[in-house]
Amino acid sequence: MKPIYFDNHATTQLDPRVLQAMLPYFTEHFGNAASRNHAYGWEAEEAVEKSRRQIASLIGANAKEIVFTSGATESNNLAIKGVAEMYAEKGNHIITAATEHKAVLDTCKHLEKKGCRVTYLPVMGDGRIDLDMLRGAITDQTILISIMYANNEIGVVQPVAEIGKIAKERGVLFHTDAVQAVGKIPVNVIADQVDLLSVTAHKMYGPKGVGALYVRRKSPRVQLTAQMDGGGHERGMRSGTLNVPGIVGLGEACAIAQAEMPEESQRLRGMRDRLRARLEATLDEVFINGSMEHRLPHNLNMSFAYVEGESLLMGIDDIAVSSGSACTSATLEPSYVLKALGLGDDMAHTSIRFGLGRFNTEAEIDYVADKMIAVVTKLRELSPLYEMVKEGIDLSKVQWTAH
Amino acid sequence: MAYSNKVLDHYNHPRNVGSLDKNDAQVGTGMVGAPECGDVMKLQIKVNPETGIIDDAKFKTFGCGSAIASSSLATEWLKGKTVDEALAIKNTDIVNELALPPVKIHCSVLAEDAIKAAINDYKVKQGAAPLLQAH
Repeated sequence: MKPIYFDNHATTQLDPRVLQAMLPYFTEHFGNAASRNHAYGWEAEEAVEKSRRQIASLIGANAKEIVFTSGATESNNLAIKGVAEMYAEKGNHIITAATEHKAVLDTCKHLEKKGCRVTYLPVMGDGRIDLDMLRGAITDQTILISIMYANNEIGVVQPVAEIGKIAKERGVLFHTDAVQAVGKIPVNVIADQVDLLSVTAHKMYGPKGVGALYVRRKSPRVQLTAQMDGGGHERGMRSGTLNVPGIVGLGEACAIAQAEMPEESQRLRGMRDRLRARLEATLDEVFINGSMEHRLPHNLNMSFAYVEGESLLMGIDDIAVSSGSACTSATLEPSYVLKALGLGDDMAHTSIRFGLGRFNTEAEIDYVADKMIAVVTKLRELSPLYEMVKEGIDLSKVQWTAH
Repeated sequence: MAYSNKVLDHYNHPRNVGSLDKNDAQVGTGMVGAPECGDVMKLQIKVNPETGIIDDAKFKTFGCGSAIASSSLATEWLKGKTVDEALAIKNTDIVNELALPPVKIHCSVLAEDAIKAAINDYKVKQGAAPLLQAH
């Protein structure tokens, strides 16, 4: 049996309706959207323009403001590097946050080597940035604020509309990596006063390898320096033959998300809350990481104190989830997002991220809750830390032999 | 990560889980590691005062599957050995037995440290000189 999939922040299953929409564009409608002089090209271009309208509709944009990319990593790179280069004469300061995705953080680190100055705002205990700190960080050299819409680990939603307002007041461009939010919660680039916004198809039941960048065209008209040279596609911002089937899939995924979001987000929120309630009812010493109030409806991130994350994952090998434990990361460091919330390494090691999605069921929630309770209970019987705490020992006062 | 069958077996059926009376003069307790490093092992031995043989061994481990397996295996090996024989257990023996990958070698090191710490505690209780700890 395949594991139950609760890792929908990593990627989502392609919706069969999306696949159906894509299929003709692999075979009979195989044209290049840039071919202007025959029907193959026109068909492809028509499909691309339809997708542009579908994405724009979901985020309150104009279709002309959508630039297709290979995914959110490229969108983030294009937005941040494109602004840094285009507006270099205006200033060289960028503001971002400690809990951003690596596609933003590493792009900023790259720009630091090229002479940019970057402020990495800390986050508060609930995972949100402090708006006063943001205001205080803006200087006359600031050209860009890049703050994610919702976090991929803890699902915490940033005060995007307030950030947009501050950016507008100070004449600074605002980019948001919205891959976890678009299609899941209402996102509107007008209401939120966003200038650049990254999306990707595979986080919302579309295919991998295709994404988009929203680039505001009016008040202000945002300009970007292209990061790839070539045929000047996508208004010169992103050269390269368009991935027509992928783009069709992204558009269809947006249309479905727009139609079903109210019902779907409510259903997932109910399931998420049920999972949380069942775990908290039986297990002591479990802690929610990040704000519950400002959070994606389908995310739950919990620390199961005194149980190490990788051993927990081993016990629930029929459930696909992620952990903030060092042992599960490539760097052997516990999650930098959880550490930014102020969690000690010990608690970061014990965290599990549950990401629910469209294809999960109530029955799966109950199965996962039962299994989590059984495995955590078993591992706590094995845990010297849990035993010590139950004996009334304060672990912070113990002399550990760090190695 | 793929785990070896032996690691999986120890994880699913850990041997000798539990605690011995740490105040008993015949019991040696070793606790190594730290919560912020992601692993803590507690290993205990009980030495028969007449034969000098380790009659019982127990462990509790907070850590990954390989750490649990390393300490579980250590308790199996300790039982029936004299204290001096137990001191000869090397982390590389654990690595080989469990087929640990390079990133998990520290789990075996921790288990060896736990054995030495438990024996040290026992020796000190018996009035003997403490072992020289490498670290």
